Amino acid sequence: MNTPLPGHTVSKLSSVATPPLLQVDNLSLEYRTAQRVVRATHQVSFEVDKADRFVLLGPSGCGKSTLLKAVAGFIEPREGQIRLQGQAVQGPGPDRIVVFQEFDQLPPWKTVKQNVMFPLLASGTLKRKEAEARALHYLEKVGLAGFADAYPHTLSGGMKARVAIARALAMQPKILLMDEPFAALDALTRRKMQEELLLLWEEVRFTLLFVTHSIEEALVVGNRILLLSPHPGRVRAEIHSHQYDLQSLGASDFQASARRVHRLLFDDDAQVEHDPALGFADIRIAY
Amino acid sequence: MTTTVTPRQEYEVVLEPLLSVPVERELPLGQRLWQQGWLRKGLILILLALAWEAIARYQGNDLLLPSFLQTAAALYDGLLSGELPAKVGVSLVVLLKGYLLGIVLAFGLTSLAVSTQFGRDLLSTLTSMFNPLPAIALLPLALLWFGLGDNSLIFVLVHSVLWALALNTYAGFLGVSETLRMAGRNYGLRGLRLVVQILIPAALPSILSGLKIGWAFAWRTLIAAELVFGATSGKGGLGWYIFQNRNELYTDKVFAGLAVVILIGLLVESLVFNTLERITVRRWGMQR
Repeated sequence: MNTPLPGHTVSKLSSVATPPLLQVDNLSLEYRTAQRVVRATHQVSFEVDKADRFVLLGPSGCGKSTLLKAVAGFIEPREGQIRLQGQAVQGPGPDRIVVFQEFDQLPPWKTVKQNVMFPLLASGTLKRKEAEARALHYLEKVGLAGFADAYPHTLSGGMKARVAIARALAMQPKILLMDEPFAALDALTRRKMQEELLLLWEEVRFTLLFVTHSIEEALVVGNRILLLSPHPGRVRAEIHSHQYDLQSLGASDFQASARRVHRLLFDDDAQVEHDPALGFADIRIAY
Repeated sequence: MTTTVTPRQEYEVVLEPLLSVPVERELPLGQRLWQQGWLRKGLILILLALAWEAIARYQGNDLLLPSFLQTAAALYDGLLSGELPAKVGVSLVVLLKGYLLGIVLAFGLTSLAVSTQFGRDLLSTLTSMFNPLPAIALLPLALLWFGLGDNSLIFVLVHSVLWALALNTYAGFLGVSETLRMAGRNYGLRGLRLVVQILIPAALPSILSGLKIGWAFAWRTLIAAELVFGATSGKGGLGWYIFQNRNELYTDKVFAGLAVVILIGLLVESLVFNTLERITVRRWGMQR
């Protein structure tokens, strides 16, 4: 069963014996406006393995957020299937915790600690005592132990993002879904958060599905990147980016990858390939 | 004429811990006192009382406008003799019954409205039909249905609380951000648990303002009902006290009755609702 099919190329990097954690199979999603039905994604397939940092990258309108919401269970597939550990996803559930972009994802009436405990108690995962201990443990991990009793409105944007990440990690979900979690932060805070996220991953080895519109962020955060084309979202390519981290930002191979991603996303290969005058600085990185 | 260009030098500064200047300092006493809302409002009340006393003395007709001091004396006598507290008690008991029943019904109606399309249509139709209808206009009908007694008063009180509160609560529910709803659903909350754990706290500013409006409407309706229809409940409340004393031309007692109506309004506003706001929405940074 584990022998690869003849003629089937198996990547050296992911010679996987276990079935993938998340399978998205020919997924088409649609959303309705008052007048029409709009197709957000068309027959998108991808697989996420355990401890992957899988990034969905594409320009606005490629349905990447819709895709993430479908995995979270907020949107019914028009066709195709989403399977988590072989089980079809049905409705939202605490085994797939979402970190949203918006700061108001933290209920303002709960303190930081209560916020982290909230999903643990609401889903009945833990009793109050154990939930409190675990909340404090993960707050320690994101460096907010001293703010356990503060209300969210007293925190900065970066701290709120950290609380949301601690809250998601405390649930120890099968997969962590992040919908442009750092997009509303300033550039310096964002870089710091990317670094911390990678450190947390080194430590906890959670499985991550990460949506972004920034090429740089995708290369730094992800180990695999799925590129989506817009209107409707279709898979354009899947590339590896496990070799990059924040230290490789200026390196030439990093820039080459960024240029390749840009070409794949915007399909202007003629320009980039045949116009040597166009430097890296001319390429707009949505960031 | 030669201009010498001195190049700007780069430099770095080693920062010492800043100890010479205090990071925080206290405001002067006067400014801190002026921050106290009750003090500012108390001053306004004193000014109003002084103006009242002055106008009453200038006019000099106790029957039309008793002075502030005369009213205060009548109020003191009424409170001491136990007549006013008894009337207030009768009114408040009826008021609370109607108010609580109205709150329960309003929450039922809005919970229905957030969960089903039918509930939404029902709520919007009913509120647009009944909200403009003055509660007091329903009292003759209520007397016909429920007879002379507390029940007809409670009926009009429910009517005056229900629509205002339901409208505010529903508007508050609609204003709850999609992210917060999705977060709640993400943790497996749905139906009534989603309403209780996410929607109600998130919509609390609107709900509190609905409760305040409902309280004022109910209080107003009750006094008016007692004034217009006398002792519908047999014993008679504060409105009946005002009505009776006007008939006997005890104008100072009429004013004392009105003062009690105002005082209770002020007390409930500043003690109950302000406290509620302070320990909830203001602490949570949802309202300034």
